[in-house]
Amino acid sequence: MALRDIAIVGTAQRPSEVNSTFTSVEILLPVIQQLLDKVKIERSDIGFWCHGSCDYMSGQPFSFVSAVDAIGAWPPIIESHVEADGAFALYEAWVKIQTGEVDVALVFSNGKTTSGPIDQILSLQTDPYMVAPLKPGFDALAALQARACLEAGVVTERQMAEVAARSRRDARNNAVAYTKGNESADDLLAMPYTLNPLRAHDCATPVDGCNAIVLAAGDVARRLAERPAWIRGIDHRIDTQRLGARSMIESSSAAIAAQKAGVARDRIDVAELHAPYTHQELLLRNAMGLSESTHINPSGGALVANPAMAAGLARFAEAAESIFAGSADRVLAHCTSGPMLQQNLVCVMEGE
Amino acid sequence: MVGDVFVAPLVVAYPYKRTVGTLLSRFFTSLSECRLEGTRGSDGRVFFPPAEFDPVTGAPLTEWVSLSDTGTVSTWAWQETPVEGQPLGHPFAWALITIDGTDVPMLHAVDAGSPDNIAIGTKVKVRWAQDRPGGVTDIACFDVVGGAS
Repeated sequence: MALRDIAIVGTAQRPSEVNSTFTSVEILLPVIQQLLDKVKIERSDIGFWCHGSCDYMSGQPFSFVSAVDAIGAWPPIIESHVEADGAFALYEAWVKIQTGEVDVALVFSNGKTTSGPIDQILSLQTDPYMVAPLKPGFDALAALQARACLEAGVVTERQMAEVAARSRRDARNNAVAYTKGNESADDLLAMPYTLNPLRAHDCATPVDGCNAIVLAAGDVARRLAERPAWIRGIDHRIDTQRLGARSMIESSSAAIAAQKAGVARDRIDVAELHAPYTHQELLLRNAMGLSESTHINPSGGALVANPAMAAGLARFAEAAESIFAGSADRVLAHCTSGPMLQQNLVCVMEGE
Repeated sequence: MVGDVFVAPLVVAYPYKRTVGTLLSRFFTSLSECRLEGTRGSDGRVFFPPAEFDPVTGAPLTEWVSLSDTGTVSTWAWQETPVEGQPLGHPFAWALITIDGTDVPMLHAVDAGSPDNIAIGTKVKVRWAQDRPGGVTDIACFDVVGGAS
């Protein structure tokens, strides 16, 4: 089957905040309206809507249904929801457009990450009999992975601090980013451990945020955007849920996804990696074979603003914007999910 | 009748029981009796906690292996500020622990006292919980063999 050409033609993101008092509808509505205005389309032009969020964060089953108020359900629309990052909603929308049923889809995601203990909430994803009763946080699980990498010589604490220093510097140019700074790696290495071998700067900043993206096929995409970000490859792979059976020092699912998405076929100008921990960025770079010439996370990445369930879709938005701006010709967007890089979604986009 | 309001109590609960299946039943029973049992896969690897299905072939695993209550730390991290509900209320180590005679490590806590008392390769031993209803928390935590200072 010949695949249809599908591109991202517009993006919108809400600046990150903490302890937001807005409802999901209140934060989504202006972002979706801003996106429709940017792309110059009406709600009636959207053939498919797809939403990523997590009910566990609001502590209420089917809470995602209320978000439909932000998109309007009359006249009837075709919509779907994934209990996952919006990047996986984008994947579903890409498949929907591939079926030929629709030409335009709007993908959106939101996370009020700071309204609860996100580190503990996320670890409810682990094995309900063998792991979850121990209540390890995601930070602790990542720390186990970091220790294994440090001991094996795959990463060093200095490299980890350099990832944090670069991300905090780059964040200063990004209105969506939250944690910003101008510290050197030495400054950061002087900080105490919070969860040895991790320091505070090694862990992403939980923030509240939301974002939205329009996907379109073929000539429709060419009409809606001056320079669409064409999706040339997209692939999602998962490592075993049994924590001890995984390699702690490499990410095999990220490597396979990158290979299937065609990352190595040509140079990558910009890679937006969803790495909530500094050592994970280094693991992902190794797994995907990214060279020194690739600009990693010019947005500052998820490390400086990690809205749960929206940080992956934010990587797609940032990568696509660099194509729109003409500052990159071939880019990579990545999303992870689950403890210790369990799931990895990799997408390669190109400008024409 | 005007003025009468019907009132009914509402108790939020899960008013049902569920079975954990044949493998977890046997596993949880053995833990409540202070015994460690794993399963052997088609490639000879022994899993603890037991694997229900072969990671290589997908076939149900039925060969059980009795294990000792000692193991080796393969990686660790230091929880300086424990969260309510975690295995220990004072600073402790999370660790992936390979039980002797097995090939795949498990997650648990080590009451090491200080990060100076634990390293990759440290030998540890199960400390059983006083109350063992059947579950992974029947293992209260692990102690460093030879004692933590």
